Amino acid sequence: MITRDGLDQIAAEEQARQAEHKQCIRVCTAAGCLSQHSNQVKEALEAAVAEQGREHECHVKGVGCLGLCSHGPLVAVDPDDVLYEHVKPEDATEIVASIGKEPVERIKCPTDVPFFNRQVKIVLENCGIIDPESIEDYIAHDGYQALATALTTMSPAQVIDEVLRSGLRGRGGGGYPTGLKWTTVAKAVSDTKYVICNADEGDPGAFMDRSVLESDPHRVLEGMAIAAYAVGAQKGYVYVRAEYPIAIERLKSAIRAARRAGLLGRNILGTDFDFDVELRLGAGAYVCGEETALMASIEGRRGTPRPRPPYPADYGLWGEPTLINNVETFANIAPIINRGSEWFASIGTENCKGTKVFALAGQITNTGLIEVPMGITLREIVYEIGGGVPNGKEVKAVQTGGPSGGCIPAEYLDMPVDFESLKQLGSMMGSGGMIVMDSSASMVGVAKYFMEFSMSESCGKCIPCRVGTAQMYNLLTKINNGEATYRDLELLKELCDLVRNASLCGLGQSAPQPVLSTLRYFEHEYLDKLIDGPLAMAPAEIEGQEA
Amino acid sequence: MAIRRQTRGVIKTLKIDGRDIGAHEDETILDLCRENGIPLPTLCQLEGLTAPGACRLCLVEVKGWNRLVPACVTYPEEGMEITTNSERLQKYRRQIVELLFSEGNHVCAVCVANGNCELQTLAQELGVDHIRYPNLHIPRVVDMTHDRFVNDQNRCILCTRCVRVCAEVEGAHTWDIQGRGINSHCISDLAKPWGESETCTSCGKCVNVCPTGALVEKGRPAGDVRKRQDFLHYLTKMREARR
Repeated sequence: MITRDGLDQIAAEEQARQAEHKQCIRVCTAAGCLSQHSNQVKEALEAAVAEQGREHECHVKGVGCLGLCSHGPLVAVDPDDVLYEHVKPEDATEIVASIGKEPVERIKCPTDVPFFNRQVKIVLENCGIIDPESIEDYIAHDGYQALATALTTMSPAQVIDEVLRSGLRGRGGGGYPTGLKWTTVAKAVSDTKYVICNADEGDPGAFMDRSVLESDPHRVLEGMAIAAYAVGAQKGYVYVRAEYPIAIERLKSAIRAARRAGLLGRNILGTDFDFDVELRLGAGAYVCGEETALMASIEGRRGTPRPRPPYPADYGLWGEPTLINNVETFANIAPIINRGSEWFASIGTENCKGTKVFALAGQITNTGLIEVPMGITLREIVYEIGGGVPNGKEVKAVQTGGPSGGCIPAEYLDMPVDFESLKQLGSMMGSGGMIVMDSSASMVGVAKYFMEFSMSESCGKCIPCRVGTAQMYNLLTKINNGEATYRDLELLKELCDLVRNASLCGLGQSAPQPVLSTLRYFEHEYLDKLIDGPLAMAPAEIEGQEA
Repeated sequence: MAIRRQTRGVIKTLKIDGRDIGAHEDETILDLCRENGIPLPTLCQLEGLTAPGACRLCLVEVKGWNRLVPACVTYPEEGMEITTNSERLQKYRRQIVELLFSEGNHVCAVCVANGNCELQTLAQELGVDHIRYPNLHIPRVVDMTHDRFVNDQNRCILCTRCVRVCAEVEGAHTWDIQGRGINSHCISDLAKPWGESETCTSCGKCVNVCPTGALVEKGRPAGDVRKRQDFLHYLTKMREARR
């Protein structure tokens, strides 16, 4: 059994071990770079280090996401503070030879650019720094200190109070105050309670949770353990989609390592607190990200949502009070406990504290993972951090919130990014997918794309969502093909109203959102495609005038 | 899953359509409407089975709430003011029925359940006389492998009454739903033909609770399909008494 002193000892030993090597080559082994064969790069670098006889001073380490996915595979060299992009195995010898000397200019990636220096990292602070497969490395970076602090010096009520005062809001999309959610579960009367981490990230173009799990899995486990202590739960589940094999592998090894180290299981850190975590894999259903469907799926039933109330805090997994938070929410907990709620509350805006991780995708120069303080403007994200649209094109719209969100047109790029502002614009924060579209994007096409997604991911339980999304998809196809009339557009609008207000769960209720937001800002694109729309009618009118 | 509240004998007072109503806190809004003769359409709900809250026909407005709530799974709160019959609700109900008609083969004139169909009755009550949405023409099967019964999935509205009555009352759980979204459909056992089902007891409960002509007895002339649902009430009462 490990105690707090033992934790410090592991940290000291690991730091000493790492200090033996003067140089460290960090190779991104998260899914983005791996898909471009960063594992081969890593092997080549290891071989090059061995060949040049520098094993004693240079250590090659596989790390999590280095952020700039579009420039992968990425390799960072310490202490030279050099980042290399698009690295190929052939570059290994040259890179290793250059350490301590002039960097290889050919593949050097500039790091003094807004993409790197405009970010504020809390959730991602260990990403790309530590080896996700090494619990010692995590502990050497203050890992599990927050859990130790909570267990040994704070009461559960104090932990909740700290989270409440930090102003942290759920990062899964809804933005419900995390501390308040914890209070409701803590106050529920039951001997058995559960903590669930929702890692069923499924929005098209979103990969925040995946990167966190691939890069820093212990951070999530630590957050869950602190939450379990705060609400009085003994058992936790991470519900992660099966499409994330690397995240699953690293989570599994993290859970094993934490159990071995006595950081999960019985009498954690020598206290009487017991908590263990199990993994549950989703079978590819987007709707299982909805909390009641997720719980049904964990219970082994068909993953369909049920009406709320009762809420999970009241009646959750197997009928017991259950706390469900998203990956990113849990990843924020340890820093809040370590550095205090005041520090956390000093970042962000009045109502939205802290940072948000976004997955930048679409027509943007710097595709990748970023973490920015709440309240930053979309313009800063897109033009400064994201580097704008390639080929000199203009931004037409930014899609946030995935299939539940909407398209924000370019004229609102100066709006601050927080839960309320995005909602006011007819979109939503969502879990953090951000897709940038340039002038060539067809907004009807975008709406149709997301409707196809909602239609095929509808569980089929309630009628408005099951049949409504299919009818809306058909209408959007008809409009997009230029075969529709005003009447079809009216039917579409009417269905949006029904599906939004009458569907059972969040998937259905938000499914019309991409249509509604594109109709709000780009209605002319719909009208232009109608058989009896202004564009189709125009030539006839002109002819009429001539006659 | 049934999520029933514990009865503690607490009485709440509320207003439904302007009428003052006293209620036990474990009665649903739908129970109260039925008790007080306030009509509210339903399709998936059936007394004696758990309510999934899925058909969305019994949605009602509650003053001060920004969401519509299904009456079948909503419990009374002190001072609630409920509207069951606004123009908006009626419009949604008609749309839902229209969507159901557009989903399957619901041509009453050629249906064995013509005249004994809850969907048909509902459409008449709500004044749905034509369907504005084109039919989706979803390929579904007709299973006639069972000795006594027919399952025509084209007439199924996925209310899941058969699934629930079989699992909750008969205890066989022969039926369940396969596929998702618009491709959802009822299956027996692990998608075996009904006639080859090893769990089906041929009790006919599913046929009797089916609101449409999807599950019917073989050999009945059109228009002579009678669904007998009072057994459910009787069975539930008997079981309660025995406990």
